[in-house]
Formats: sequence, structure tokens, C-alpha cells
Amino acid sequence: ITGIYRKEQVGRVQSLSPAVTPRWDKHSYGYHGDDGHSFCSSGTGQPYGPTFTTGDVIGCCVNLINNTCFYTKNGHSLGKFVFLPSQSNLYPTVGLQTPGEIVDANFGQQPFVFDIEDYMREWRAKIQSTIKRFPIGDRLGEWQAMLQNMVSSYLVHHGYCSTATAFARVTDTTIQEEQTSIKNRQRIQKLVLAGRVGEAIEATQQLYPGLLEHNPNLLFMLKCRQFVEMVNGTDSEVRCFSARSPRSQDSYPGSPSLSPRHGSSNSHVHSTGADSPTCSNGVMSTKSKQSHSKYPTLTSSSSSSSSSSPSSVNYSESNSTDSTKSQQHSSTSNQETSDSEMEMEAEHYPNGVLENSSTRIMNGTYKHEEILQTDESSMEDSCPQRQLCGGNHAATERMIQFGRELQILSEQLCREYGKNTMHKKMLQDAFSLLAYSDPWNCPVGQQLDPIQREPVCAALNSAILESQNLPKQPPLMLALGQASECLRLMARVGLGSCSFARVDDYLH
Amino acid sequence: MKHTLASVVRTWRENSIPLSHPCILECLPSLTLDLLKRNNKSVVHKCVAYKHGPVAEKRICFVLDSTEVTASSRHYVDRLFDLDPQKVLQGVIDMKNAVIGNNKQKANLIVLGAVPRLLYLLQQESSSTELRTECAVVLGSLAMGTENNVKSLLDCHIIPALLQGLLSPDLKFIEACLRCLRTIFISPVTPEDLLYTDSSVISHLMGLLSRSRYTQEYICQIFSHCCKGPDHQTILFNYGAVQNIAHLLVSTSNKVRMQALKCFSVLAFENPQVSMTLVNVSVDGELLPQIFVKMLQRDKPIEMQLTSAKCLTSMCRAGAIRTDDPCIVLKTLPCLVRMCSKDRLLEERVEGAETLAYLIETDVELQRMASITDHLIVMLADYFKYPSSVSAIADIKRLDHDLKHAHELRQAAFKLYASLGANDEDIRKKIIETENMMDRIVNGLSESSIKVRLAAVRCLHSLSRSVQQLRTSFQDHAVWKPLMKVLQNAPNEILVVASSTLCNLLLEFSPSKEPILESGAIELLCSLTQSENLALRVNGIWALMNMAFQAEQKIKSDILRGLSTEQLFQLLSDSDVNVLMKTLGLLRNLLSTRPHIDHIMSTHGKQIMQAVTLILEGEHNIEVKEQTLCILANIADGTTAKELIMTNDDILQKIKYYMSHSNAKLQLAAMFCISNLIWNEEEGSQERQDKLRDMGIVDILHKLSQSSDPNLCDK
Repeated sequence: ITGIYRKEQVGRVQSLSPAVTPRWDKHSYGYHGDDGHSFCSSGTGQPYGPTFTTGDVIGCCVNLINNTCFYTKNGHSLGKFVFLPSQSNLYPTVGLQTPGEIVDANFGQQPFVFDIEDYMREWRAKIQSTIKRFPIGDRLGEWQAMLQNMVSSYLVHHGYCSTATAFARVTDTTIQEEQTSIKNRQRIQKLVLAGRVGEAIEATQQLYPGLLEHNPNLLFMLKCRQFVEMVNGTDSEVRCFSARSPRSQDSYPGSPSLSPRHGSSNSHVHSTGADSPTCSNGVMSTKSKQSHSKYPTLTSSSSSSSSSSPSSVNYSESNSTDSTKSQQHSSTSNQETSDSEMEMEAEHYPNGVLENSSTRIMNGTYKHEEILQTDESSMEDSCPQRQLCGGNHAATERMIQFGRELQILSEQLCREYGKNTMHKKMLQDAFSLLAYSDPWNCPVGQQLDPIQREPVCAALNSAILESQNLPKQPPLMLALGQASECLRLMARVGLGSCSFARVDDYLH
Repeated sequence: MKHTLASVVRTWRENSIPLSHPCILECLPSLTLDLLKRNNKSVVHKCVAYKHGPVAEKRICFVLDSTEVTASSRHYVDRLFDLDPQKVLQGVIDMKNAVIGNNKQKANLIVLGAVPRLLYLLQQESSSTELRTECAVVLGSLAMGTENNVKSLLDCHIIPALLQGLLSPDLKFIEACLRCLRTIFISPVTPEDLLYTDSSVISHLMGLLSRSRYTQEYICQIFSHCCKGPDHQTILFNYGAVQNIAHLLVSTSNKVRMQALKCFSVLAFENPQVSMTLVNVSVDGELLPQIFVKMLQRDKPIEMQLTSAKCLTSMCRAGAIRTDDPCIVLKTLPCLVRMCSKDRLLEERVEGAETLAYLIETDVELQRMASITDHLIVMLADYFKYPSSVSAIADIKRLDHDLKHAHELRQAAFKLYASLGANDEDIRKKIIETENMMDRIVNGLSESSIKVRLAAVRCLHSLSRSVQQLRTSFQDHAVWKPLMKVLQNAPNEILVVASSTLCNLLLEFSPSKEPILESGAIELLCSLTQSENLALRVNGIWALMNMAFQAEQKIKSDILRGLSTEQLFQLLSDSDVNVLMKTLGLLRNLLSTRPHIDHIMSTHGKQIMQAVTLILEGEHNIEVKEQTLCILANIADGTTAKELIMTNDDILQKIKYYMSHSNAKLQLAAMFCISNLIWNEEEGSQERQDKLRDMGIVDILHKLSQSSDPNLCDK
């Protein structure tokens, strides 16, 4: 790039007043071409760098991490100086004195002459090493125990029963919740994720009597989902009409997918739920991205089924990212039904790809192919023609009847608790499916996507845990949410280092 | 409750509890303290670094073992002589665990004669590979200790034994041998030449480079430590070092990459042959300069940035990369400037400044760029502030560290200032305006360290090229005084730079000229002209030449007396053209203004005429002959001296010859002679004109007046 500069000052000023040359204002900084002096909030210059003239490219770099600034001439840094951090922003300004002067300004639309990328690399490395070397205190044992607890509670929360048990055995820790309770939750979650919401509701009512009665919002959400699953042909109430063999029924619904796959696209469901998660959607989607990238590892390790492989133990000791990895690692090897689970995983995977943002697509292409193939076959297996309620007439009847019941429930809730727009919207969306000949390819068709079962599943799981006086969110997720919220706060108050410390960088 | 080391050991042993157990963790600080007391710093570091996991347990095990057993060294040596090879092996392994990080134990074992036995076991073909490997590991551990340990190992001829071991087919054994060799070769007490005694060793090492990442790391490290000077560079180069090591620059192991890079930096240092080769080598489709530039990135380890900057610098100085190439201008140079900043370690700042000085030494554009980058000139002033008053108070260790590097820092700064100010007047001005700069140079001139003195003189020399500074700062600070002092009894390398600085200070416009003369410079310079060292002879005669320029009669006679005519003629027959030219210049300066000419010619006329004749007859280049004719012209300007020419037909014939020479410069010089001889206003000019006319010079003059050269026509 060729910038034409002539006897001008390049400066950064706080407030722009056209009458005064940039450098003289308070809280403004400038570099003067005539004498090479620099000006800091005053009219008197200090010797700073060389003079510059026509044809020179002058740059200015403001570092908000350590509050320094430096100018560059033709790609050479001229030396940094400290500027006073101020509440207000700085604005780039160029002052010209002679009529007819021309200046080209480059805000990054073209490559800079100065290697700013390299400068940023250095600072990124600095920030990351600061994080890495952050003192965690002398009580190393406590730190380790805390990490173990984080992993363990995460496993328990999502109902990875045998993994959690194995983990507890190796790390010599105890699990708060009872085995049976975890297994119950696991069972219910499996049912929801398999689309058998009716059975899930039944099981919940049976195992946790009173829970749904006290949570009418949750119940309504579940029922809406059940209706959707009926349209889909997966709910057991319509499924029993279909001609499918029991064997395939058993094999289709696997255990819950490895980690909840909260897509960023279904944020509205979160807020509708009885209890909206504390964590931001950004973090959630990160989570799912993480599990995707781990997929090949799972496949390779599923053959070795020893419950406590040494590698998984080592992983868990180092840090939170690794521990998640090990958790997934061992969960695969521990699940008795690992085969069907793999299928589930495969079935879920492409949905994420199709539906979610670019973060998912970044995970290697060859995996996609492999998985898409699996997907096709399993899709064909589950619903050959993808017809309403599996194409069964009796099932359709049942569905319509259920729809009426749902409508009644809605009206009843409306009378008891007042009007609820969220409910109305949910119901409307669900019923809209019937308006189209091919519900899977209609504007509201994404509801049929199995990935939409996850928020429902998470809400139900959280409600159950809360009813048992256990945290509705696992500490690991809280920590993640806390970290990303901190970073957001840092950005708001202008702490520059946050831009080089993204949670994503640590979740791969 | 306070735990003693012994109690920790007991608890740990008897209960076989994991390391993460609070009981061990609690003891760790006191344990560490105890180890520190026993001077086991390295192990403590390792132990703390590993913190947890099985590795740490092993380490701690070693630590505990080694602290327990110092008393029973004898036992370890005895076990090496057991008849059962299995027991010998176990003995070596136990010994290995006992010596790690325990210098006292190492010394004990060496004194008790463990080394010859270990070497014997290592060389025995009948020993199992496992035993031989363990022996090499123990020897490597012993070499990690003090310099005395390494000396003892060298005395036992460990190097040939280990080199022999490299011929084994077993990789583990080879790696252990290499690791031990590496440790020995990087010790300052090991002579590098031991690597080059047998040329087959080098080629074998090149072959082993492909075996594993450990062989790569160790071999590269050996090479980079043992490559001192052009001879070693050539040997390694001829055995294909460049091709064999190049691909290691993209190794997945950071250590291998770093060591390979270091290899290249020493191979290419001041070696045009290697540098020119490197520029065309490519790895995975990428040229080496590009790979080096990648290693310069600011998020790479500092050592890597610095070393790759050194490689690029060598390549640039060898002409393999142009000085205006972006990878030099926008990458290498800024990187080296960054290395000089206060954030870097003292060692890095020294190396950075020295490398930068070398990079920009001969290129004014690079000098200008460096001078504006990151306030380098001001930044360098900080190099003189060690040890700082703060460090003295803060702690003794820091002071010690600063003191150790203070000399190095100062000399590096002087070197870089010298390079920066080599050509550009503005930069020189900026340097001198830096706080206390002249005082620092003056102090530097009288420092005890030769390196600092040399660098200070170089800096002064560079700055003395400025006419303005000679007249101002140099005078204000009486720089000549310490300079003259430096010139007394200094080693040649300092003398060379100091005397050429003196040359500049003796220029006629320099106010220092007078005091320098008064302090006995003539004698000193005359003695320099007798030096064996060519550069010193040149500088000596050069300074005398400058001194004689427009000098008064007394100085000229002093010079002639000091030099003696014999020495003068000795110099006129010097094999070096530079010396000859400067001597002729001196003669010419001596022979100026009429009274001086006559005076000198009256005393030395005969010899001078002889010398002139000799040079005009000899095989010399145009410049020399021109200078000689100018001397003749000066002589011809003298009142009485003229006669020496007029009476010498031989010389007149020569002048006549050069008047019709093909080179215009020589013609012009000869013309000066003639015109001085026939100058009308002087007594006896008519006779001289007659004589010259008889010689046929007028005809030549006629011819010349029609010549195309206006200069000649004028005459």
C-alpha cells in the first residue's frame, strides 16, 4: 500500500474537535511529521522518532493489554510509550496543514506493512502462558480433588452411571447421589432422547411422584414434545401401531448421547423451560463441538472395554479439558450397550452438522462422510418413507386425539396460571406440523429434529435433580459459564487481555 | 509438627502410600529444603516440575535413595565386580539411582575407581546390551556433575570407548552413548578436536541422524558445540551436514528443531560457503530462509528467535540474502532489536546486540533502519547500568549475575554503537547525544577487560569519522588522552583499531592534533611502521602522513628523524601497495612549501631521488606512479631542489616519457613537474627551458596543446 503523507500529524484523540490539531487536546496523543516529536495530552512535543514525509507509511498500534502505544514508519516499530487508560475511547485522527494533501487510511482492509499479526501472536502467547502459570496455591492435593470432583459431578449429572463409578473407584472419591437414582435418571433421559417421551413421562411420574404435578410448565413442554414425536412416529403411543419389529425398537433407542447437544439455534426452548440454564448458549454449543471432535477417539477405543484403562486416569488428573476427554473415553468403554450407543451417536451427528453453525463443520471432512453414511442407513431403518406417524392410520388417529388432550391441558393451564405466550407458541409450532404434507421439509420442520429432544431432556434432568436437592447444573458447566461471563465482563470494561483468552481455546 | 527427611522416607517406604497423599505433600517443603541443603538443586527442580504421577514417584524415589546412601559408595563399586552378571546389572542400576543429582556421590564413586570398571563393562562384547546401556547411562550421569568429573572421565579415555559403542546395532545403547557423549562435549573442559580425530566418526554420526529423535537431538547438540572455526565448519559441511540436518528443522520435537537450528547458526557463522548453500536448500517444498523466518515469529521461544536471526544474519552477510530483502529488513532486524530490549535476559541482550552489530556493520540503510527502530540508541544506554544500585541492595545473587554480565553487556553495546555510527552522520550525532556517551567511551578505553577496551575503541573509531564530532565532543572530552594510553603495550587487535582512530584524530582540522603530538605520538607511530602486522604498518604510516599534512618544519623534521631514512626506504619497498601509497603520501606532504622542500632535499636529496627513480622504473600501478610524479613536481617547486632534477638526466628522460604516456593522469602529473621547472619568475629559468627544449620536450608540449583533454591544454 502506498500512503501519501505530507506534514501531517497522526494521532489518537479522545474527543474530536475540528478546530484544534489532534495532538493538542487533552487525552490525545500524536506523532508529528515535521520534527518527529510525539505529543501526549499537551502542546509540547517530546523527541520521539524520525520525521516523515510524502510516500511514508505511518502506522499506529494501541495495546489495550498493557496500555502502551507505538507508531510505525514503513513497517518499523519506532518504540512504545505508555498512555493513560481513560474511560472513553480513542479515535484515530490525521491532521493536515496544507491544502491539497492526500492521505490513504488503512484500517486493515489491506495488509499492514508492519507485521501486526506477529505482534498479536506474541501477546496471545504471553496471555496464555500467564494463564498456564497462574498460581493455584500450595495445597496441590486440594486442587486435584477439586478437579476430580468436577469430573465426577459432571458424569453423575448426565447419568453416566458406570463411568462415574469407575472414575470414583480409581480416584478414590465418593459419589453423593445414590446409584439407583442415577440409573433412574439415566433411564428417563434415554427415553426422552430416543423420542419416547410418553414413556419418559410415565417413568417420571412413577419414580418421582409429584414432580411433574408441581412443574406444570415442564409437563407441558414434555407433552408438546411427545406430540412432535408422535408426528415423527417415534413415540411409543404411535409406535406400537407400526409394523416394526420389537428388536429394531430395542436397538434404536440407545443410551443418552454422550454429552448434551444444546445447539445455539434452540435458545428459545431454554428460556421456555421451567428452569433456564445459567450457562450461556455460546458455551453450550462449544460443548457440543468438543464432543464432535472427540468422535474418532471413541470409535477407536470402543474395542477395549476394560473399565479403568490407565490412560483415562492420567487424563483426568491434568485439567478440566482433559478430564472431559477421559470421561468420554471411558464412558464408551464402560457402556454395556456400546454398540447401540455408537449408532445413536452416529444418528445424532449429522443433525448437528446440518443444523448448527460453522463451528461444527470445521471438524474434519472425512468424519462427516463416514457419519453421513451411517446416518442414511439408520434413517432408512427407522422411518423408510418418513410418513406422518410412521404412515399408520391408527397411529394418526391416536395422535390427533392426543393433540386434543394437549389443547385441553393448555387451556386448563391458562385458566390456572394465566396466559403464557411461550406455551401458546410451543403448541402452535407443534400443531403447525400437521398443516404440511411433508412435515420434515416445512418451515417448522426443524422441531422434528432429534437434537431438539436435548433441551427437553436437560430440563427434565435438572428438575429431577433439583427435586432431590442436588444442583441442577453440574459444577463443570457452571465453571465454564462463569469463565465466559468473566471474559464478557472484561471486554465490557476494556481489559484487553480477554481477547486472547477465549474459552474455546481450551476446549478442543 | 516437623518432619525430618528420614521420617518422610520411612513413612513413604513402609506404608507405600501414593505421592499425592497429604502426609507426603505436607513434608514436601521440608524435604525440598533438606535437599537444597545437600546441594541437590537439579533434582529438586525436577521433582517439583513433575509434581504428581508415576514419574514423580520414581523421581522422589531416586532422591530419597540418593540422600540415604552417601556413606556406602564403596558397596556400589564392589558390586560391579560380582561374578554373577545379573547381580552386576542390578548393581549398575542401583548405582544409577544413587547418583542422580548427587554430586557428592558422583565424586565418591569416581575416586573409588568406578569409571574404569564401568568402561570395561561397557566395552566388553560379552556384556549384555542392557548392562552396557546402563553403564553408559551411569557414565552420562557422572558427566552431568562438576567439571572435575568430566576431566576424570576424559582421563579414562571415555570418548573412544563411547564412540566405539556407537557401532552397536542396539538403538537404546547408541542413544545412551550419544547422551553421554553430548554431556561430555558440551562441557567447557572438553577439547572439541577430540571429535575430529577420526573422520569416520563424523560420517557415522551423520548416518545415525536418521535413527531416532534422541540421536538427532544429541548429535546436533554435539555438532553445534564442537564446531569452532572454519576448519570444523568445512569438515562438517563436507560430510553433508547441511543436507542431513535440514529436514530436522521441521521435526515434530521442539528440542530437535532447536538443536538443528543451533547447528546451522554455527555452521553458517562467517562462512560464505555454507551460507550460500543454505539459501537454496528446501525442506518439504519450503526454502530454508522461509523456515528460519517462521522460527523468528514472536510467539516462538526466545532462544529459537535469536538463533534463527543469527542464521539469517550470517546468510545476509555472506551475500546469500540481499540486505534489502524483506526477511532481513522486516523480520530479522526488528527481531534482533527486540532482543536488545530490557525485557530480555542479559545473555540474550548481549547476543542480540552483537548479532545486530554484525548484521548492519556494512550497510548504511540497515544502520538507518536499526537506529529508528524501538529507540534502539536509547535502549542501548541501559546496557551500561549494570550492576545497578538496585541489584546490589536487592540480593547478592542478582548482583553476582549482573557483575558477571556487565562486561559483556558493555562491549556488546559499544560494538553495536560502532556499527550504527559507521556511515551516517545523523546517527553518530544521536549516539553522542545519548546520556554520558562520551564519558562511557572514555571509561571503556581504560577498562581492564580487553574485550570492552577493543569494543570501546571500535566505537570511538566509528564516531571519529565525523568531522563535526572531532571538533566538538572529541575535544571536550579529551578523548586523545585515554586513546594514547590504549596504544601503549596493547595487543595488536586493539592497536589496529586504536591507531586508525588516531589517524582520524590527526587530521589537520582536528583540534586534538597538537596535544597528541606533544604526548609522543611520532615515536609511537614510527614504531608501528616497523610492525609485522600489515594493518598496523598501514595505520602507522597513514597517521604520519596525516600528521605531516601542512605541518610546521619542526614536526616534519621530527618525523623524518623518528622514522629514519632506512625505515622510509624499507617502507617504499614494502610489498603492500597501501603501505607504499601512504609512504609516498607522507613524502609528498613532507615536501610541501618551498623552504621545507629545499631543507629536506638538502639533507635527504640523494636517497629520495634514488627511491623515486626506483619506483618509476618498477612495476607499479598508475596511482603509485602518479603519486611519485607528484613528489617530483613538489621537488621541482623547490629553489635549490630543482637542481637535483635538472642535473639528473635519467629522471628528466622519465618525465619526458610520462608526458607522452597513454594515461592522462600521469601526463598531467608529469606536466606539473615541467611547469614547475620552467616557471618564468625564477632565477635560471631560461637555462632550464633551454635544456628541456634540447631534450625535445617542446615538441611534446605542442602535441599536447592540441590534445582533447582540456586539463592538459591549459598547461
